[in-house]
Amino acid sequence: MNAILIMALGAALLGVALRYVPVKRKVDEAVLAEQIDALLPQTQCGQCGYPGCKPYATAIAKGEADINQCPPGGTDGIHKLAELLGRKFKPLNTEHGVEKPKAVAFIDEAVCIGCTLCIQACPVDAIVGAAKQMHTIIAPLCTGCELCVPPCPVDCISMLPVAVSVDTWKWQYPVFEIKPAATTATATKQQSA
Amino acid sequence: MPRQFFKFNGGVMPADHKAASTSLPIAEFAALASLPGELVIPLQQGNGGSLRALVEAGTQVLKGQRIGVGYDDTGTAVHASTSGLVKAVEMRRMPHPSGLSALCVVIAPDGEERWITRTPFDYRRAGLAATRDYLRDAGVLVGGDFGATGQLATLVINGAESEPRITCDDMLMRERADGVIQGIAILREVLRASEVLIGIEDNQPEAIAAMRAALAKRGAENTQVAAVPACYPTGNARLLIRVLTGIEVPHSRRFADYGVECFDTSTAYAIYQAITLGQPMVSRIVTVAGNVERPRNIEAPLGVPLRALLALCGPQADTNRVIMGGPMMGMTMPGDEVPVVKTTHCVLAGSPALFPPPPPEMPCIRCGDCARACPADLQPFELYSFARARQFGKAQEYHLFDCIECGCCTYVCPSKIPLVDYYRFAKSEILARQRDQEFADAARERYQFRLLRAEREKQEKAARLATKAAAAHAPTAEDAKDAKDTKKALIAAAIARARQQKEQVTPANIDALTPEQRAEIAKIEARREALQSSAKTAPPQDE
Ligand code: SF4
Ligand code: SF4
Ligand code: SF4
Repeated sequence: MNAILIMALGAALLGVALRYVPVKRKVDEAVLAEQIDALLPQTQCGQCGYPGCKPYATAIAKGEADINQCPPGGTDGIHKLAELLGRKFKPLNTEHGVEKPKAVAFIDEAVCIGCTLCIQACPVDAIVGAAKQMHTIIAPLCTGCELCVPPCPVDCISMLPVAVSVDTWKWQYPVFEIKPAATTATATKQQSA
Repeated sequence: MPRQFFKFNGGVMPADHKAASTSLPIAEFAALASLPGELVIPLQQGNGGSLRALVEAGTQVLKGQRIGVGYDDTGTAVHASTSGLVKAVEMRRMPHPSGLSALCVVIAPDGEERWITRTPFDYRRAGLAATRDYLRDAGVLVGGDFGATGQLATLVINGAESEPRITCDDMLMRERADGVIQGIAILREVLRASEVLIGIEDNQPEAIAAMRAALAKRGAENTQVAAVPACYPTGNARLLIRVLTGIEVPHSRRFADYGVECFDTSTAYAIYQAITLGQPMVSRIVTVAGNVERPRNIEAPLGVPLRALLALCGPQADTNRVIMGGPMMGMTMPGDEVPVVKTTHCVLAGSPALFPPPPPEMPCIRCGDCARACPADLQPFELYSFARARQFGKAQEYHLFDCIECGCCTYVCPSKIPLVDYYRFAKSEILARQRDQEFADAARERYQFRLLRAEREKQEKAARLATKAAAAHAPTAEDAKDAKDTKKALIAAAIARARQQKEQVTPANIDALTPEQRAEIAKIEARREALQSSAKTAPPQDE
């Protein structure tokens, strides 16, 4: 008799608990989506198949999307997501695009007719201009999402890769090739010559 | 008064090879050779950030004329280091391990060395802020927060040149002690320091003696020359502060937060030149050593190519590379045409015999030698394994950024692992990621603002239309009771308008028509009426 009572009580308690799990889960999902969104590159380019980084983050949090769909985030981004979610790393799904070196948009100002279509396309307000006036890209704000390229009726927007400067240059991963000493010496001589 | 020194853990004692370059006095570049055909002055700062050119190709400049200033008020100005003609403002290779180019002012010297008018600066009348601005405009690198925290307990002057082969500060103190002491006195007064400690390593007795003599002559109060035990890397500002005062300043904090500040002797001398002589920073003393016949110190105008400096000291035939900086922390330059800049204190000619290429890296055996040698109390082998595995978060947890890149760990490592290369790699990766993260955060903010703005604009438009509709026709306002659906209101208004118009229009020219014609019109009207009502009720037909 006691045993049955205990079991019944347990079942009731678990039932109550289960009632609240989905609520809690929903909250967790929102928090998780925030955390995932913080790791995404915020280009809002839509290559992942969602209309922006936040929707993609939400989809990952819900388990609807995989972590390898963001080309601008690239391998590094997938590593970060994998670490956050405790999942295994996967290479980028090339269906969504390939990782490219960072580029910024450039408007050929002589050709621009001032239609403002590119301004409407830019998700991060990186273009200035007004109707029938020349438009230009604020390069330091441009995320390189390429969304402004297709709407331009006169095809005057091109993507220029960002050159490395002394300030943004990175030290290489140390690699030491094993070569005979003589060739090493001449190689460095040529370099310093 | 023997001073109690504090100690730091670790450090190494490599052979210092200093005697080689101290046998000859400091020579003016111009006294040894005529200036090369062009001087290249980068519009780029050592700590990142670029400068705005004040001249263009074709401008005639005087020695000491300002040619580049910061875009904001933190950038330290650069000056023409000789008189002549600006040949170009163009991209030239930087004295930077990347070998990348940056914008430079290229000056063709006219050989006349005509100075600008030099007027001393009255720092006593000007006050702290104006003095800081003056030094910035005179091209002296004193740091943006110069004197920002008010009174200082201790001002440390760094004459501890602990890296092997470098003797430029040593020679400066031996030969120009008076100028250095005057510069220190200015610093002390401007920064209101209660005490000044000049730290010099005890293997530089001539410099110590010269500084003590100059000090006695000038009679500066509360200023002492402290002979600190020679040990690499005491010359690091953070470590010298620790040795002299016992204060350990963490990596993330400024010295001034702890009531100390540290300047190099060469900076003190540059301050003396700028304030007392009115002479902006246009030259610096550079040790030329390594694989050369006559190692010595040369006072070189900024912008001369390293090649020209080496040529004055007789480089040996097997010289295959040029290193800027000392043998421990120096960096191999992309070529020997890069110019001398304000932070160039040493130029070493390298040869395979003198600085052999690093032997192949062996696995880490976790012997712990590096940890014992590390003056920053880090665990270099842990940092190495994290950097190698690209676990940057972990590396940061192990205080990667406290590493001063002194090279002690590399020096002692029995497996010959180029540890510092790994730290530099990891640090620049982490910094790049931080930059990316900041960029992404800013992009997110702008994107969210854009969404917000779009939403706001939509609402504003709706509201505008609603009020317009309401104002135009009071009766239709009732129809638009569910005011949220403004479109409906709008349509209703339009219909009402149309109806009104129709009511108002009375066909004017039907009076003169015959009854038959009137009947026909009536028939047509009726047909139209019927059609219209059927269109209202019947679903639209596909055409
Ligand atoms: S592909 Fe990546 S970067 Fe582009 S919108 Fe989607 S999540 Fe953002
Ligand atoms: S300017 Fe073009 S490429 Fe750059 S962020 Fe805007 S839409 Fe994207
Ligand atoms: S779409 Fe092209 S032409 Fe039109 S405003 Fe943008 S850049 Fe100019």
